[in-house]
Amino acid sequence: MDLQNADCILIEGSNMAEAHPVGFQWVMEAKKRGATVIHVDPRFTRTSAVADLHVPIRAGSDIAFLGGLVNHVLSNDLDFREYVVAYTNAANIITEDFADTEDLEGLFSGWDPETKRYDPVSWHYEPPARMSDDDVANIEDVQDGEPVSHEAAQSDTHGSGGSPLPWKGRRDETLQHPRCVFQILKRHFARYTPHMVEETCGIPASEFAKVADALVANSGRERTTAFCYAVGWTHHSTGAQMIRTSAILQTLLGNIGRPGGGILALRGHASIQGSTDIPTLFNILPGYIPMPLAPLHQSLDAWVEDDEGKAGFWGNIRSYSVSLLKAYWGDAATAENDFCFDYLPRLTGDHSTYATVKSMIDGGCKGYFIVGENPAVGSANGKMQRLGMANLDWLVVRDLQMIESATFWKDGPEIETGELVTEEIGTEVFFLPAATHVEKSGSFTQTQRMLQWRDKAVEPPGDCRSELQFYVDLGNRIREKLADSTDEMDAPVLELAWDYPVDETGEPDGESVLREVNGTGPDGAVSSYLDLKPDGSTACGCWIYAGVYADEVNQARRRKPHWEQDQVAAEWGWVWPANRRILYNRASAAPDGTPWSERKKYVWWDPEQGRWVGKDVPDFVPDRAPDHTPAPDAHGPDAIGGQDPFVMQTDGKAWLFAPLGVADGPLPAHYEPAESPVANPLYPVQSNPGRRSLKTPSNPINPSRSEVFPYVFTTYRLTEHHTAGGMSRTLPYLTELQPEPFCEVSPRLARERGLVHGEWATIISARTAIEARVLVTDRLRSLRLGDRFVEQVGLPYHWGGNGLSTGDSANDLVNVTMDPNVFIQDKVGTCDVQPGRRPRGPALVEYVAQYRRRAGVPEEGDL
Amino acid sequence: MARGGGRAEQAMVPDVEFESYYGRPILKEPVWKTPDVPLYLFLGGLGGASALLAEGAALRGLPALERTTRLVAAACAAGGTVFLIHDLGRPERFLHMLRVLKPTSPLSVGSFILAPFATLSSVAAGSQLTGLFPRLGRLAGLGAAAFGPPLATYTAALFADTAVPIWHEAHRELPFVFAGSGAAAAGGLAMVLVPMEQTGPAWRMAVVGAVAETAVVEVMERRLDMLAEPYSKGFAGRLMRSARLLTLSGVGLAVLGRRSQWWRRAAGVALVAGSVTTRFGVFEGGMESARDPKYVVVPQKARKAARESARWAERTAAPRTG
Amino acid sequence: MGRLSGPLHDVAQDAGYEQPPPRMGFFTDTSVCIGCKACEVACKEWNEVPEDGYLLTGMSYDNTQALSASTWRHVAFVEKADGPALTDLGMPGVGLPGAATAGTVHEDQETASGDSAVRWLMSSDVCKHCTHAACLDVCPTGSLFRTEFGTVVVQPDICNGCGYCIPACPYGVIGKREDDGRAFKCTLCYDRLKEGQKPACAQACPTESIQFGELDVLRERADARLAELHAQGVEVAQLYGRDPEDGVGGDGAFFLLLDEPEVYGLPPDPVVTTRDLGSMWRHVGAAAAVLVGVGIASFAGKRG
Ligand SMILES: Nc1nc2c(c(=O)[nH]1)N[C@H]1C(S)=C(S)[C@@H](COP(=O)(O)OP(=O)(O)OC[C@H]3O[C@@H](n4cnc5c(=O)[nH]c(N)nc54)[C@H](O)[C@@H]3O)O[C@H]1N2
Ligand SMILES: Nc1nc2c(c(=O)[nH]1)N[C@H]1C(S)=C(S)[C@@H](COP(=O)(O)OP(=O)(O)OC[C@H]3O[C@@H](n4cnc5c(=O)[nH]c(N)nc54)[C@H](O)[C@@H]3O)O[C@H]1N2
Ligand code: SF4
Ligand code: SF4
Ligand code: SF4
Ligand code: SF4
Ligand code: SF4
Ligand SMILES: [Mo]
Repeated sequence: MDLQNADCILIEGSNMAEAHPVGFQWVMEAKKRGATVIHVDPRFTRTSAVADLHVPIRAGSDIAFLGGLVNHVLSNDLDFREYVVAYTNAANIITEDFADTEDLEGLFSGWDPETKRYDPVSWHYEPPARMSDDDVANIEDVQDGEPVSHEAAQSDTHGSGGSPLPWKGRRDETLQHPRCVFQILKRHFARYTPHMVEETCGIPASEFAKVADALVANSGRERTTAFCYAVGWTHHSTGAQMIRTSAILQTLLGNIGRPGGGILALRGHASIQGSTDIPTLFNILPGYIPMPLAPLHQSLDAWVEDDEGKAGFWGNIRSYSVSLLKAYWGDAATAENDFCFDYLPRLTGDHSTYATVKSMIDGGCKGYFIVGENPAVGSANGKMQRLGMANLDWLVVRDLQMIESATFWKDGPEIETGELVTEEIGTEVFFLPAATHVEKSGSFTQTQRMLQWRDKAVEPPGDCRSELQFYVDLGNRIREKLADSTDEMDAPVLELAWDYPVDETGEPDGESVLREVNGTGPDGAVSSYLDLKPDGSTACGCWIYAGVYADEVNQARRRKPHWEQDQVAAEWGWVWPANRRILYNRASAAPDGTPWSERKKYVWWDPEQGRWVGKDVPDFVPDRAPDHTPAPDAHGPDAIGGQDPFVMQTDGKAWLFAPLGVADGPLPAHYEPAESPVANPLYPVQSNPGRRSLKTPSNPINPSRSEVFPYVFTTYRLTEHHTAGGMSRTLPYLTELQPEPFCEVSPRLARERGLVHGEWATIISARTAIEARVLVTDRLRSLRLGDRFVEQVGLPYHWGGNGLSTGDSANDLVNVTMDPNVFIQDKVGTCDVQPGRRPRGPALVEYVAQYRRRAGVPEEGDL
Repeated sequence: MARGGGRAEQAMVPDVEFESYYGRPILKEPVWKTPDVPLYLFLGGLGGASALLAEGAALRGLPALERTTRLVAAACAAGGTVFLIHDLGRPERFLHMLRVLKPTSPLSVGSFILAPFATLSSVAAGSQLTGLFPRLGRLAGLGAAAFGPPLATYTAALFADTAVPIWHEAHRELPFVFAGSGAAAAGGLAMVLVPMEQTGPAWRMAVVGAVAETAVVEVMERRLDMLAEPYSKGFAGRLMRSARLLTLSGVGLAVLGRRSQWWRRAAGVALVAGSVTTRFGVFEGGMESARDPKYVVVPQKARKAARESARWAERTAAPRTG
Repeated sequence: MGRLSGPLHDVAQDAGYEQPPPRMGFFTDTSVCIGCKACEVACKEWNEVPEDGYLLTGMSYDNTQALSASTWRHVAFVEKADGPALTDLGMPGVGLPGAATAGTVHEDQETASGDSAVRWLMSSDVCKHCTHAACLDVCPTGSLFRTEFGTVVVQPDICNGCGYCIPACPYGVIGKREDDGRAFKCTLCYDRLKEGQKPACAQACPTESIQFGELDVLRERADARLAELHAQGVEVAQLYGRDPEDGVGGDGAFFLLLDEPEVYGLPPDPVVTTRDLGSMWRHVGAAAAVLVGVGIASFAGKRG
């Protein structure tokens, strides 16, 4: 991403200046160059303060707003038509079986009320008139009911590309066919009018028009608009669809794959991007390779079958997977034993974090590692987290500080209320001190997929150890203990390629790990994922990282300053894949391969050389001519057409309509958060029908439209603190800058409830009540939705019981209701606010119980 | 909220419209301690003027007056030095005061007044007490008398050479206030301690000093205009009113009861008390003046506006003349 | 002794340096400040300044309150509810911050570059390193001195805590540390400057709100930035402390503000106190002379 080249930047669902101040310098740079900066946020924040326009929005209503923009573009023919026709699936025709929310009162076709899941079969592309043999076979599969999307983890199993498509489908390039995506889109979004936006989001039509005009004026051949979002979008039971709506809009405006365009997901923790690429997630393996599923994938062939041979770069999945298995099991992995495929664990269902916590409460999960997180404060519904941890046999916490997750058993909030008693908690807690990022070397992968190497600055003090040393050592010790075992079950551990060189302090060499991740072949380190082989001659820890150790050099360690380089600054760090800075950059050129405009020139076809050239590494087959049409039986990258820039998609097109892979519908639709003070103005369906809930007594949900819980609260960060606070509430220089938890309220709400600036307020949900200081501020506005006001309470979530500054955790207020695609919780909910401090001890439990009774919340939990 | 005095519970200044940052002070209040610094000022005035009285008494042959005033001068110098040192954040580094002589720093200049004054006045007093080295004693006394008046008045520069509006803007009047106040105190104390027959000059010095102090304070407050507000409001206002009351009643008693030893003594007590109170009043007035951003914002804005309109007038006038 | 007021071409030379390097300073462009406080933290880290108390002040996001002996950078947060006339929805007013716009919606929300209903101004304040520095002038020990870069620095090993510099500063910058007794303030990272490095605060600032460099260059850059903002219609933008003709002879650290100085807690028209030093000493002298006269006159009469 290159924000500085944008002509307009829309920041929505992120408080970029506060949470990403260093990245924000590029927004300021763009602004200096004349870009318009817009911030859409429930609160007026430090980002809004320097934006040209701040638009307050009701938390959780972003699909309505973005849908309104989509409607504005479609109904006024303001899309970048050439781009849309050539590079998106707008022309694809969808099967006759498809029915939209318009027809089904807020549901799409394929809904099963029993399982609360969609069967996406009716969302498919109409098969092409002339079908290849593959297409025919695939159609048979679909008709036989062979699952094409994976139950347990759905879209995530196929990472950036989504699920593979069975066929490329029939297209109508005139976009006139009533069942083509373009027309479906038009009909679907028609009800997202400015008036509806006003009623749903609290955004007046005049404000809406300003945003719409700015986006349209700054898109097209000559100009580009960039979007930035973060957890203001992701943390919703409709989060994935919020992001999809923005993707549809950006695609219609032709802002993907072009300089100064795109959608920038601002990633959170240092290297949170890295921990998705080489995942700490339960359902994917490095490089977004899906985890095998127990019922479906009993062999290597079955595992790779979905993708193998399909058009695009996922078509080479066998090479990536086999190389990964070789990296895991080295010489033990052979063609004869399916490269140890059977040593891989298989998924049997949802094992995401909240499911695991529930399993802890239910007694299914007995031991737990907490490494670099503080769920007692940082995860939604803190009580649930602590009740879970209190029900374990053992708990290992590795952290820099004595965090709340390590001390909940003696001083957690439930000890105060008597809901837990220290003497009765059987969990054995091991606390292990960890080395910090400056006390170890390694790479961080940041928001733009860039790996940057960091050298060790100081030795870790005392017993602090790096994660690398800890895990290598743990592996060694387990392997020692199992050394004599002949049990089949222990073979995967014993046969692991587990030989890391260590230095005199016992610290493994991080660069040797990076080299393993990069991949090696007969000639040493590979230089690209194209070098990977399906025959076991190469090993690679993460195929998308192949090249980071090209030429046996740590490419992530390059630090040539940008002022000594061109615009793209390709010699700073290393960006996956292939050090490519902008993905899908083939789209920066017109279908014929010439730049869309001189101003936005980036990558283009050079007919002389017969290659794609430009400022960046082209994201395309280097010598694939713009007019190339692949042979009908072509496979993998060979099947990519000359005008198919989206090379990870089987059809090479950007999906305005998702024929599969999205759990809650092929198109976004606005549903209210699980807890909302208003009825869904758009559909009779109130909340996301596919949302995942945890049914447990500690996770009761406030009824929507309850007068007992009339206000919306939303949670967020402050620049001065870091997430669950372990790294900031413990430091004097940061603590003094924001020394106490507070809630931000509008003057109108303050008046309504008698809240006094600087004094205390108690905020109550069905889970518990917390207290915070009151900041009455104009930065929070009362939003008018039709004939009523909606008040929002802002709550930073950094506090807990330990550290230099202590206070109640906002997360104790938050319920767990999850997006069905990615299982992430809502960051918003409803509440009541009362002046003064909360009751202490057992009185608090009774206080909250009263609220639940008044609101009619069933005692057994989720409704 | 940036408007007015800031937080709701804070007292706002209703009469003038001005903006500030949450009503916070713009200047830093002096960190000088009370009573150390007001007493130091008082002792400087008392001691300095007493040294003057002592030399006059020596010349005119008034031994009781001479003896007392010499002792007072020396005691003031000693006491003043103690207060000065005590006020330092790092008293052990007192001697750093004498590292350099900086004319831009009244405190530096003052140190170079106080140091010789303290030495000379104590030599003079020692000689007086012991009867030893009488000639040296007289010479030292003469020296002390020379350093006395500057000692009494330099403290005005000490205050005035700050950004504190009520002090700085009074830099013309303050020296006279302090001179008068010093004279009133020295004369007054002598009237208390010395037999009536020998207090004629002291009486005159006290009355003239007291009248001058009162008059100049009046002039000062008029000229300071709104900046003088702290002298009529709050704690500093009460001090200044008491000071005036004490000083004027001292003058009254002195004039009416000039023939009575006891009336004179009472007058002396009132004058000394008035002088002390003036110093505390001026000190506290300065604190208040530094504390309230109004005294920085309002006059400075007016000054800036006047300058800008003058500049504008000049610019618009230019074409017509030229 | 150098000059006490008015423009001064070369402060370091005036202070006795033979061939000083160019005068260095700060241009703080508050129009791009995002209030991240990285400057505050970086300053404390580098200079080992102690923590300054844990107090939630209610002054927007400013819990530091002011510059002091233990806060050498201070980020001010000004919440202003102003801009175009607001529609009155007939809600009763209330004496709380933000009351002015209570109940008003549907209004334009433009910020920074245009009229707005809410403005949130942020500004990182610091010692001005005045051309004519009152703190330095009044310091009796010579603890405060002018560096070769034209900056003003306290030497902690000399300061005796007399406190004189504190009320002398027209900006209320320098302060005394209670437990330590001495005065402290921004050194403009003298130690880093000597190594040819940027000050820690400027290094940390992500948006180039704090620009460090040769003062002459910074002044030009600031003029250009002001012109740019004015051209964009941001009439409120003004430079503060840039003018060598002002009461302190211009600041070594000057600012671009988006409102009047006092809104940020800055004096509107500061003057170095020593500008009037001559007059002060003359009046002190005159008063001393009058005192001598009163003394003589007192003895002129008869004895009784
Ligand atoms: N200083 C600092 N920086 C951080 C972190 C930190 O803790 N401290 N954490 C890091 C991490 S882990 C992450 S994930 C990122 C997160 O970065 P951000 O997502 O930018 O941070 P948040 O403050 O959680 O939320 C962003 C904004 O979303 C708004 N918001 C809340 N609900 C909604 C909604 O429904 N719609 C819209 N449009 N906006 C909404 C909030 O008002 C808030 O201003 O920040 C990273 N950077
Ligand atoms: N209500 C609400 N809840 C939220 C959010 C929200 O917006 N609203 N945001 C969510 C988001 S996006 C996130 S990312 C989470 C964050 O929540 P958590 O991840 O639970 O909280 P952190 O405080 O970031 O925990 C990181 C811990 O790692 C430790 N640590 C740092 N470096 C190392 C290291 O090298 N090794 C080891 N072993 N430990 C280390 C730190 O001391 C710290 O305690 O919070 C989530 N929770
Ligand atoms: S803390 Fe690190 S990741 Fe976050 S903005 Fe600062 S430099 Fe970037
Ligand atoms: S701003 Fe104050 S402390 Fe800084 S140099 Fe000027 S007078 Fe001295
Ligand atoms: S406190 Fe220290 S630096 Fe300030 S004037 Fe006194 S000696 Fe100088
Ligand atoms: S220049 Fe150095 S001492 Fe001054 S504020 Fe910046 S970091 Fe602190
Ligand atoms: S570091 Fe820069 S942007 Fe951040 S508060 Fe300081 S001056 Fe403002
Ligand atoms: Mo995060």
